[in-house]
Amino acid sequence: MPGGKERELRRRISSIQSTKKITRAMELIAATRVVKAMQRADAARPYARQITSVIENLAAGGATVDHPLLREVEDVKRVGFIVIAGDRGLAGAFNTNPIRAAERQLMAHQTEGKDYTLFCIGKKPVAYFRFRNYRVDYAYEGFTADPTYEDARRIADDVANAFISGEVDEVELIYTEFISMGTQRVSIRRFLPLEDTAVMAEGGSGDAEVASAFEFEPSPEAVLESLLPRYIEARLFGALLDNAASEHANRQRAMKSATDNAEDLITKLSREMNAARQASITTEIMEIVGGAEALGSGKDKKSPSFEAASNSTSTATAVLEAGPFGTGSAAPLADGTAPSAAFTIKGNADSMLYHRPDSRSYAVTGAEVWFDSEASAQAAGFTLANTHPSPES
Amino acid sequence: MFDVQVVSPESVSYTGQAEMVVARTVDGGDIAFQTGHVPFIGTLAVWSVDVIRDDGDRDTFAVHRGFVQVSGDQVTILSDVSESLDAIDVGRAEAAKQRAETALQADADDAEAAAALGRAELRLRVAAGAD
Repeated sequence: MPGGKERELRRRISSIQSTKKITRAMELIAATRVVKAMQRADAARPYARQITSVIENLAAGGATVDHPLLREVEDVKRVGFIVIAGDRGLAGAFNTNPIRAAERQLMAHQTEGKDYTLFCIGKKPVAYFRFRNYRVDYAYEGFTADPTYEDARRIADDVANAFISGEVDEVELIYTEFISMGTQRVSIRRFLPLEDTAVMAEGGSGDAEVASAFEFEPSPEAVLESLLPRYIEARLFGALLDNAASEHANRQRAMKSATDNAEDLITKLSREMNAARQASITTEIMEIVGGAEALGSGKDKKSPSFEAASNSTSTATAVLEAGPFGTGSAAPLADGTAPSAAFTIKGNADSMLYHRPDSRSYAVTGAEVWFDSEASAQAAGFTLANTHPSPES
Repeated sequence: MFDVQVVSPESVSYTGQAEMVVARTVDGGDIAFQTGHVPFIGTLAVWSVDVIRDDGDRDTFAVHRGFVQVSGDQVTILSDVSESLDAIDVGRAEAAKQRAETALQADADDAEAAAALGRAELRLRVAAGAD
């Protein structure tokens, strides 16, 4: 039934409209959050930069330390993976990309016969790996959208302890790097052991002459030893902040396209609904006309044809003015008789002949038209039939 | 005159110009930096850092853990736990101090309580020094 289809479409449109409102709101929220997250990531940069510069200066100053965080393990038996993603979905491929990358990495190491330890940050990676029966030894949830330094410290402590105790021989960090509003990329980096301080220093300013003049207190080694844990905390914190900014940027994009899609759908369904409504209105009109016709034809059965004739009976004068063959002509009644006594001349439209009452065939002639006078018949182009007694005789 | 920055992991929490900066390093005791100090990197003790401005006023911070780097005319305090004067809650610090003292009376080797006592005393010292 057309009305049913229209109602169904209306229901779908209103449901899509309310979904659109939600996605639009989420888009706007994500847009403000991404700006905040970017500011936080920027604000955290000086600390990371400074701490790196201290390490560079220490390296240039000749600090060589056999620190457990720097120790390379020859035969790697177990690899730790720090997987950072989000707590919540509706952010496009933001959660799946780093999770998939981590899983690939993990399987690659497994084929080499290495074991794994998972440090999952965010509800999504925790749920993903648990569901697939991976061991998730360390799970951290509930802060990926807005991480604090305290969170970074807690995780870095666990990771460092696992590394120092020999539980893992190497640690990889997998997270979504925030490059710009439009670009975020999954990044896989080695987290532990830290590269040698000399390697760290290579990326730096390289003004070793100035650096070597540094005084250290208590000693370069002691400073480095207390600095390294802070360094890995800062690195992890930076990754968490980048990840948070990426999450909001991805969510904004995902929600924007969801809103756009909802708009498209609404337009499409509205058109469909209008067409359905039009169709149902047309059908209704047809039904009304059909019904009226059925009623009307029942009443007028006796005079099925010329409606004009029935009208002409009411006013002979009107007919006189304009009949089917001009002035002075009139259509016959339904039974073929003259509409009024004024019309006495019968006209045969086939032969274009007219008959006066004195014609021999007057009685048998069927009148397609009646004239009130010979003049009217002649004016309409009729000629006198030859069945009349000649005027001479 | 040189630039002073107190940098925390979250942000640069203080920038200013100073005549002198007084800090205390682990094992090294108090150390004061003035213009022209040799480049220096040190681990800070749980102690206060005083930034003395050229008009004689001072800004004091409670630094619970951190590093100081001096190079050229720039002093940078890197600290993941530092508090400026107005961030210190004296009432809370006093309560923490009492709690730590009772814990230490019960167990003199309680390292955590000793550290808590140190932090509380530092906060109170910084707060008192400002008045």
